[in-house]
Amino acid sequence: MLNKERAYELFERARKFSSADDVEVLIGGGKSALTRFANNTIHQNVADENYDISVRVQFGGKTARASTNKFDDESLRRTVRAAESLAKVQEEDADLLPMYAPEGEPASDVMLPQRRFAETAAIGPAERADAVAKMVDVARRLNLNSAGVYAVNDAADGIFNSRGVARWHEQTLAEVSVTMTAGNSSGWQKANAPDARELQPAMLAEIAAKKAVESANPREMAAGKYTVILEPAAVLDLVGFAFWDFGGLALLDQRSFLNNRFGKQVFGENITIRDDAYHPLQAGAAFDAEGVTRQKVELVRNGVVKDLVYARGTAERVRKSEYAAQLGTVKPTGHGFALPNEMGEAPLNIVFELAEGVEAKTVDQMVSETERGILVTRLWYIREVDPYEKMLTGMTRDGTFLVENGKVKGGVLNFRFNESALHMLSNVVSFGEPVRASGEESFDMVVPAMKVQEFNFTEVTRF
Amino acid sequence: MAVQDGRRTAKPFMMTAVGVDMKHIADWALNTAAVRGATYAEARVVDERSRALGTKNGKIGTAGESESMGVGIRVIADGAWGFSATEELTKEGVERCAAEAVAIAKASAKVKSQELRLVPEKAAKVDWTSPCRIDPFTTRMDENLELLTRIDATLRAVEGVTLAETNLNFRRYEQWFYNTDGSEIHQTRTVTGAGYAAYAFAGTELQKRSFPNSFGGQWQNKGYELIEELKLLENAQRIGEECVALLKAPQCPEGRFDIILDSSQLGLQIHESIGHPIELDRVLGYEANFAGTSFLTLEKLNRLRYGSELVNVVADATEAHGPGLGTFAYDDEGVEAQCVPIITRGEFTGYLSSRDTAAMIGRERSGGNMRAESWNRVPIVRMTNISILPGEKPLSPEELIAGTDDGIYMETNRSWSIDDKRYNFQFGCEAGYEIKGGKLGRMVKNPSYSGITTEFWNSMEAICSREHWTLWGTPNCGKGQPQQVMGTGHGASPARFKQVSVGSAYKGK
Repeated sequence: MLNKERAYELFERARKFSSADDVEVLIGGGKSALTRFANNTIHQNVADENYDISVRVQFGGKTARASTNKFDDESLRRTVRAAESLAKVQEEDADLLPMYAPEGEPASDVMLPQRRFAETAAIGPAERADAVAKMVDVARRLNLNSAGVYAVNDAADGIFNSRGVARWHEQTLAEVSVTMTAGNSSGWQKANAPDARELQPAMLAEIAAKKAVESANPREMAAGKYTVILEPAAVLDLVGFAFWDFGGLALLDQRSFLNNRFGKQVFGENITIRDDAYHPLQAGAAFDAEGVTRQKVELVRNGVVKDLVYARGTAERVRKSEYAAQLGTVKPTGHGFALPNEMGEAPLNIVFELAEGVEAKTVDQMVSETERGILVTRLWYIREVDPYEKMLTGMTRDGTFLVENGKVKGGVLNFRFNESALHMLSNVVSFGEPVRASGEESFDMVVPAMKVQEFNFTEVTRF
Repeated sequence: MAVQDGRRTAKPFMMTAVGVDMKHIADWALNTAAVRGATYAEARVVDERSRALGTKNGKIGTAGESESMGVGIRVIADGAWGFSATEELTKEGVERCAAEAVAIAKASAKVKSQELRLVPEKAAKVDWTSPCRIDPFTTRMDENLELLTRIDATLRAVEGVTLAETNLNFRRYEQWFYNTDGSEIHQTRTVTGAGYAAYAFAGTELQKRSFPNSFGGQWQNKGYELIEELKLLENAQRIGEECVALLKAPQCPEGRFDIILDSSQLGLQIHESIGHPIELDRVLGYEANFAGTSFLTLEKLNRLRYGSELVNVVADATEAHGPGLGTFAYDDEGVEAQCVPIITRGEFTGYLSSRDTAAMIGRERSGGNMRAESWNRVPIVRMTNISILPGEKPLSPEELIAGTDDGIYMETNRSWSIDDKRYNFQFGCEAGYEIKGGKLGRMVKNPSYSGITTEFWNSMEAICSREHWTLWGTPNCGKGQPQQVMGTGHGASPARFKQVSVGSAYKGK
């Protein structure tokens, strides 16, 4: 593994090759391995190790970057030259700030929970195969077909610049995902964690298998508005589309659903959301792609949007803009993407909190309190239909059940939904305990299961 | 400016790059794999370079260049697959990587319910370069940026446009492939892409219009000549005006209508509802946990009426098909590019396959559809150029509209979604126009349509002829775990579909 000292030495070499006013280097990469199985067989099993160095140069109001995975002097020199050539041909951007100069030693790194585990990093192909074997055993015992992955990443990310930024983050992440299929039904589970010991592949396989068995011979239900119980992965895949609009630049660009809605009641009073990279169930570094320390930001309190996240340049522009008065105190929050970029910033360490007085319920409790509804394990292929209303379309998948009179009454054919994230988060009547969840359409977050009224299913598919 | 002609030679080669002899890398990899117990091995060395430029509202949005080089080694040992990749192209690094690939394969063999077999493929020694008239990396960056800046300014000059974005992308992908069957295949592809979008926000509504396609524009295996062909600046004012006009346009009606799709939207419809379900790895269940499976189960081959008699679709990776993002000489496991008939006069006739999946369904040869994102990713079954053939009788878009009594014309994709077996889909487009009595009428906003794949393709009743056919590039197709992004090609001309469900996206709103 690349370490901070070697990364800093690469930065120093790159800096010497540049004649720019300022130089910034992002260094990232690591080892990743993934064992993939289907039809109760490991059919793909891969590993790779790679590190990239990305050099950004700045001449006054001009900036560009270039990257390489070759670290010899000639390659670094070529990379620096490429970035400089791209920067020099630009027009000056009066809004481009000088590179970030930190004041004092950042203390935030020590506040992060441990996110690299040597035992996880040491997991090899034999251990991955053993974990897969446990999941396949469940399938064989129940005469099901299993498919899934067991993956391990050991990664490092750092940022260094000529104004004194030197930040480094190391993290492992182990992930299990499993789908069980029967004749005409299926079930799914997924989990990840920096520490592989927190994962229980066999238990996830058992849950996925139970869903496959219990949703066999699905019946067709008419499309329409239903009360739904969304498991955490389904919640995060839906609501994840909203958070790209919680950056200051999205507001300045007038591409955010929060334009004309900031400070107003956007969601139900029982919705409170913050961005918190330091939460014990979260992952990731304590700094952004300019080296600014991540702040905890309360985004939504009781359904009202209270704050946004800002990269340095965005904060400066917003303070001079027509939005300054309505947004209140605006300062860099440590959520900026690597410059130059179009997106600005976004909160990617989302934590849903239970509002005061809200009691967490299990999914079973939600089911027992539901007269008629649909229990959804997972959503799929979600896309934005209307960006301002945050109306999203997609499908249910791998475990969709009818709930009647407080009981799960078997599987139903999968639905297509067309549902607004705003509408959905205004109609939540029950919450689960927030957990670290992972889907396939959005980034991981800490989110509860939710029971939602009037969820809009518009069509039914054939399975 | 450098000029390259498409070329393919059969002579053996000995390539070097950054001082490394590719044949040596291959020897280190293949010999180590064999010594460690591999019964088959292949090594792919990739050296790639890309440049991305973009503007947003008159400022630089993207200005970056990147390069990456490494080797991916795939082996079979104990009857199972293993793959490992490294950027360390020294003898020690490559041998360690090959040994790890074998160790991984042996671990794979611990969990096995199916036997692995490869259909044979004749060894090839080939050197191929995609046609490229103007090397994009030799064009002047200040002129590249000036073009984007002028487009950006033209879009924003239209009153009501609140956001303008442009992009220009170049990529050179050079690959050396060796396997224990004796293949030595060197290929170089140059890819160019460009496009832009205008946004208009007012009150509670955000509309968008893109050119020449949404989500990155048009991409092909070409050099800078593509940019000259696209007439980007010439269309900017129109696109800005259409974007603003959408704000005042009435909502697209809901109900059943005859619809006409422009060729770019039809290209995406092909991608989602034909290209993905014909992937044999999906059909066989390998993507069950992620990308999904397919409704095209094996018994449907040569038995399913996929579409109307007018529907003829091919998977064509050959240079003769055109400069699509799915054009190459050999795929990433050394199988020669082919043209596979997928739908023939409406009947389902073919899958996309690999050497192992072809063996599983009793085929004698792979269709040549294995592709990897780069050196550090394993090849998986992928679309090449999945194209609908144009109508045989001359038919222009104007004549297509003239032959439509009551319908809606839809242009340029805005949203797309399809279930995990590829049955139920819903697409939204950027702009729609009513058709009344054979004439194009007023613009409508938020047009969308939905349906079931086979019902939809069986409703196709007319398709425009060759001169209106465009080979579109989709640069962002995601599949596999770890996920890989791949460019695919889709040729299409405008076509009409009867009585399709329109506007269900807004049902219940």
